[in-house]
Amino acid sequence: MTLLSIDWFFLIEKILLISGVLVLSLVVAMYSTWGERKVAAWIQDRLGPNRAGPMGLLQPLADGGKLFFKEEIIPTNSNRFLFILGPSIAMLVACMTSAVIPWADTITIAGRQISLQVADVNIGILFIFGVVSMGVYGIMIGGWASNNKFSLLASVRAASQIISYELPMGLALIALLMLTGTLSLKEIVEQQRAGLWNVVYQPLGFLIFLICAFAECNRTPFDLPEAENELNGGYHLEYSSMKLGFFLFAEYINMFISSALMATLYFGGYAYPWMDKLGLSENMLALTGFLALFIKTLFFIFFFMWVRWTIPRFRYDQLMRLGWRVLIPLALANMLITGAVELLRHH
Amino acid sequence: MQTLTNRAKPVDRRPMTFMEKMYIPAIAKGMGITLKHLFQRKATVSFPEKKRQFSAVFRGLHVLNRDEEGRERCTACGLCAVACPAEAITMEAAERKPGEEHLYREEKYAARYEINMLRCIFCGFCEEACPKDAVYMSETFAPAMYERKGFIYGKQDLLIPNPKTSSGK
Repeated sequence: MTLLSIDWFFLIEKILLISGVLVLSLVVAMYSTWGERKVAAWIQDRLGPNRAGPMGLLQPLADGGKLFFKEEIIPTNSNRFLFILGPSIAMLVACMTSAVIPWADTITIAGRQISLQVADVNIGILFIFGVVSMGVYGIMIGGWASNNKFSLLASVRAASQIISYELPMGLALIALLMLTGTLSLKEIVEQQRAGLWNVVYQPLGFLIFLICAFAECNRTPFDLPEAENELNGGYHLEYSSMKLGFFLFAEYINMFISSALMATLYFGGYAYPWMDKLGLSENMLALTGFLALFIKTLFFIFFFMWVRWTIPRFRYDQLMRLGWRVLIPLALANMLITGAVELLRHH
Repeated sequence: MQTLTNRAKPVDRRPMTFMEKMYIPAIAKGMGITLKHLFQRKATVSFPEKKRQFSAVFRGLHVLNRDEEGRERCTACGLCAVACPAEAITMEAAERKPGEEHLYREEKYAARYEINMLRCIFCGFCEEACPKDAVYMSETFAPAMYERKGFIYGKQDLLIPNPKTSSGK
């Protein structure tokens, strides 16, 4: 249907897809909080939340309700506008990255080819980098606007940490780009569908990417910006009610998105072995592909939690040394080797 | 220097080897340990549904005992109150009237007998001091309450049910 030279079905389809992806990331983030507490409990030989609903499944709703009804406090000497802007940016940026991730192959409904990716832009990885690096503004603005020394210290830590770890992350990805020759996430997945998963060619690159993803998400062992026992909670120290909730929630969404990204870049995304030999219909293929991606993503989310409850936090100088003196040289070496191999292969 | 025990272990201060500096094997080992704990038996007891067995000498809330005919054993001698290190027990004595022989075993009885469970330290000295086997400590503990005055247990809270009048219980 084309009216006023706008393809309205295309618009509806995209709006539905965007809402779906948004709801999915919110729900996954919500249940990550539950999962986090369960995993933490199990690792520490406890049971974890089990009172609200069966297996404590209503716990995230109770937590959310509690956060909504808490008193909202804005410190007198804070910058009111920036104080509200901080968590808003954190949340907005966290939700934006999901736009370029291909959730599944195309499906056909009533003769229309629908791509299950909000935007198949040819600069997908660049887009993610651009948006992710904006996430630090939320933390920085929130920490600075609080007018509290601990918040400020935490946001300075966050800024330098994220900048330091973006470099090896980018370098690790450059090696991947040399291999695939494209920035579009969809094409990267399609290449892995035809051949082997990228982690086979880029194990070191994946390891560097994984470590940097931990640092970018402010997760333990790199959770210095919100070190509870050093900075009283870090950049969200002065926040209460749902603004605090947004900061915490943004972290879980980031975790979900970076897990999905790792699955997409290195573990075949929605592709799973022998998917083209099963003889499934196109829609079934998309559905199973989505499930495959989802399982991979959940595994990485679990991995994030598993690491968090195993490894203690780094000291700040150790963090910086690891970033600049270990990961960047390693990533550079990885890039050089990949480049040399690619050059030899093409000649 | 001579060590006092043979348990002391010298600290290994050798510089780390390359494998140790990589940290990855150590991290993998640690993650293996946490993964093992993921499937281990949990230490938690889901309290209201499951209760742990008390030890044989557990000292819980007090009860005031009756004899075989359902008469109160307490004679309000005050020895428990004297023995109590927390001074949680107070009582008032009264004389048994003719016709009350089925209620009280001896000529003197406690008209009022109160134990403040907030003061009580559950040491069990009252139980030991009682010459009439009237005070015993049971296997229950004080429940949570919203007000302090609920924790002052009177005779009606402490006396065990009369075996004569409430038979079958």
